[in-house]
Amino acid sequence: MGSTGEGLGRRDLIKRSAALGLITVPTMSFLSACASGGEETSTKGPAKAPVTKENPFGVGKGGKLDVVVFKGGFGDDYAKAWEAAFDKKWGTTSSHLGTQEITAKLQPRFNGGNPPDVVDDSGAQQIKLDVLAKGNQLADLTAVLDAPSLDDPSKKVRDTLVEGAYEQGLQGGKFVVLKYVYAVFGFWYSGKLFKEKGWTPPKTWDEFLAVCTQAKEAGIGGLAHQGKFPYYINVVIMDLIAKKGGLEAMKAIDNLEPNAFEGNPAALAAVEAVYEVVEKGLLMPGTNGLTHTESQTAWNQYKAAFIPSGSWLENEQLKQTPEDFDMKFLPMPLLADSKLPFEAVRAGVDEPFIVPEKAANKAAGLEFLRSMLSREWSTIFAQQANSLTVVKDGVDPSVKLRPGTQSAVDALKAAGGNTFSYRYPDWYSEMDSEIQNASNELMAQRIQPKEWIKRAQAAVDKAAKDPNAKNNKRV
Amino acid sequence: MSQVARSKGRAGFITGFLVAPLALYLTFVIWPYVQTFGYSFTNWSGQSPTFDFVGTDNYATLLKDEVFRGALWHNLLLLVFVPVVTILLALFFAFMVNAGGRSGAGGVRGVGGSRVYKVVYFFPQVLSLAILSVLFGAIYRSDEGGLLNGFLTRIGLIDAQHPVEWLNEPDFVLWALLFVVVWHGVGFYLVLFSAAMQSVPKDIYEAALLDGAGRAQTFFKVTLPLLWDSVQTSAVYLGIAAMDMFVLVSTMTSGQFGGGPDHHSEVMSTVLMRNFLYFGKSGYACAMGVVMLALTMILSIVTLRATRRERIEF
Repeated sequence: MGSTGEGLGRRDLIKRSAALGLITVPTMSFLSACASGGEETSTKGPAKAPVTKENPFGVGKGGKLDVVVFKGGFGDDYAKAWEAAFDKKWGTTSSHLGTQEITAKLQPRFNGGNPPDVVDDSGAQQIKLDVLAKGNQLADLTAVLDAPSLDDPSKKVRDTLVEGAYEQGLQGGKFVVLKYVYAVFGFWYSGKLFKEKGWTPPKTWDEFLAVCTQAKEAGIGGLAHQGKFPYYINVVIMDLIAKKGGLEAMKAIDNLEPNAFEGNPAALAAVEAVYEVVEKGLLMPGTNGLTHTESQTAWNQYKAAFIPSGSWLENEQLKQTPEDFDMKFLPMPLLADSKLPFEAVRAGVDEPFIVPEKAANKAAGLEFLRSMLSREWSTIFAQQANSLTVVKDGVDPSVKLRPGTQSAVDALKAAGGNTFSYRYPDWYSEMDSEIQNASNELMAQRIQPKEWIKRAQAAVDKAAKDPNAKNNKRV
Repeated sequence: MSQVARSKGRAGFITGFLVAPLALYLTFVIWPYVQTFGYSFTNWSGQSPTFDFVGTDNYATLLKDEVFRGALWHNLLLLVFVPVVTILLALFFAFMVNAGGRSGAGGVRGVGGSRVYKVVYFFPQVLSLAILSVLFGAIYRSDEGGLLNGFLTRIGLIDAQHPVEWLNEPDFVLWALLFVVVWHGVGFYLVLFSAAMQSVPKDIYEAALLDGAGRAQTFFKVTLPLLWDSVQTSAVYLGIAAMDMFVLVSTMTSGQFGGGPDHHSEVMSTVLMRNFLYFGKSGYACAMGVVMLALTMILSIVTLRATRRERIEF
C-alpha cells in the first residue's frame, strides 16, 4: 500500500474508484451472465435396478426425480398429477418446479452439469433445442421409442405415436426431443359471429378476402394477427407456400436450398396474397403492434373476423372468451392452383420434453417419458390442459372437449394424411428470427413482397453456412 | 512506539478492513470479467461446458455485424440525448421550484405551490422499470385502446382506421423509449438539484437580484456554476442508464429481447442477450460484453475529464 500523501490524492482516489464502480453497474449484469459455472460431474444418482421388460431402463426404487415444466398455457397441474402417479409406482420422491423462466432457472444447471431429470423446455424463454443438441446436453430418447408400450406390451412405444412425432424430435439426425402436444395451425373464427353475419367459412384466398371485406364494411377488422410476435403471421405465409407449392416447396425451405424463396413462384404468390390483405386495409387497425394476448382478446371481443394460431389458442384464451363465442378452426384457404387440398393442415407436435444427458436419475427420466406416452397419462393431460397429445387415440372417449379443440380434431380427421409441418424454426433460430423481422416490415407496409423474398432468401443462405446444416436434412 | 511501527500497525489495521470487501469484489466483479474475456475467444454455446478456442474470430465478426453497429449507434444517440434532455428539464424545474418565483418582498422563493410540485415530480422515480414498461405499454398501445391513440383519435388528429403504432414505427420507437427514460428520471434529478440549490446561500441570489439580474441571468451566472458538481455526477449516472436500456427495450419492443421493429430500437445489451441466450452464440456475446465494458469505461473517463471545472467555494 502506497502512502496517501503523494501521487493520487485521497479525494481523487475516492472519485476515481467511485467512477470505476459506477461503470460496472450496466455492464456487470451482462458480463456476469456470461460467466459459467465450473465443470462439475454428477456422481450422485440412485442405484440402478436390473433391466426387465416392465422396467426397461432399470429405474431404481426410491430414488429422486427432478421435474421442471413450463407453466404456460397448459398450466402445470397435469405434471403434478403425473408426478404423484410416478412416485406411487416407483417409490420416488419427485421435486416439481413450474416456471415461465426456463432459461434463467436451467441455464446455470446445464452449465454446471447438474440438470433436472425431465424438462418441459417450452415458452418464450425456452432454451433453444438446437443449442442444447449442439452442446450434447440431450439424452438419446430412441430407447423410449423402442421400449414396450405401457398400454400394450406387445407394441413398441414408437408405434403408438401420431405421424410427425418422431421426425420432429430429431436434432442432427438423433431423436432427442419428445414433443408431447399435438397441435394444428390455421385461422380461427367465432362460429357465433359468422352465423350472425351470414358469412361462410372461406375455402379459397379470394373468398377469404371477400369475408374480410364484408367484415370491414360491418365495422369489424378482417384479419387480426399477433403483431409483436411475427411468428404467427409467418404461419400464414409459410402455410400458403406449402399448400400452393406442395411439400417440395416446404422441404426446400427446411433444407436451405438456394431457391427456397428466390425464384420460387409459390413463395412470391403467398407473400403477395398476405400483402394484399395489408394493402386493401383489411387488417384489424393497430394489430401490427399488439402482443398475442392483446390481439387475441380483441378478436374475442369481435373486433376481427380471423386470427392465425395453433390449437392451444382456446386454452390460452379461456378467461377472455365469451361463453357463446363458439370457437372454430379453419384450415388455411387456398391460393389458385394449389398442390395440396383445402383440408391439408399444418399439424405439428409441440411442447418439447427432454431428458438431459447429465441427469442424475436418467433412468427415471426415461421411464417418466414412457409413462407420458400411456393412455392413462395422456388422458390426464387432455383433461387438465384441454389439448391433444401425440399418443394416437390417446384420449379416453368419455372426455368432452371444448368447441375449439373439437373443431381442430374434426379438421385433423378431414385432413387424413394431408398434414405437413416445418422444421426450420427448431433447426435454425437465427434464420427464423430474421424472417420474422421481414414479415413485421411487410405487415407494416414498409417493404414489398419482392423485398421480403430477398430478405428471407438471404436468411436461408446465411443459415446454410451453419455447421449444423449438414446434419439436418429432410427427404 | 516508533514512528515506523505505528504506521505499520495502522496499515495492518486498514488492510484488515479492506481484505474482505476486496475479496468479494475480486470474486464477484473482477473474476466474471476475466472469465468473460476468456470466453470471448471461444465458440462457447452457453448451454454446455465444452467449447473450442477460436482466437479473435468473434471480434472480427463483431466488426462486420450490422445489427451490433446499429445498436451501438442507438446507444450513442441515447447517450447524448438522455443526459442532456433530463438534466436541462430537471434544472429548469428545480430552478422554478426553488428560485423562480416573483420576489415580492425581495426574498427568493419558488413558484406558487412548489412544495406540491416537488412531491409530484418525484412520483415516477418510485416506479420500477418493470411497472414503467407496462404503464407505457398501455400508453403506446398500437390500437384505439392505447391512451395516446385513444386521445388523438378522440380529438380527431388521427384516423381510427390507421392508429399510430408508436413502438412499431422505425422513426418513433427510439424517441418513444427516450421519453420514458426522461419521464422517469426528471423527478429524481429535480430533487437532487433542489437540494444542491438550497445549499446555495440566499444572499448570493439577493445580491444578484439587487444588481438587477433577471431570472435567466440568475440561472446562468449564479445557479448553474454553483451546481456544477451535481450536474457532472448526474451526467455520469444518466450516461450509464443510456448505455444500458435493457429492461425497457426488451420488454416494450418486438423481437426476442426486444430491438424491433427490424432492429430500429436495438441497443448493445439486447443484441448481446439475443446472441447469448437465443442464438446459442455465447462466446460471441461475451465479445460484445467486452466491447461494452471498454466503451463504458472510456465514456466514464471522458465524461469526468470533459466536465472538469474550477470548483467554486461558497
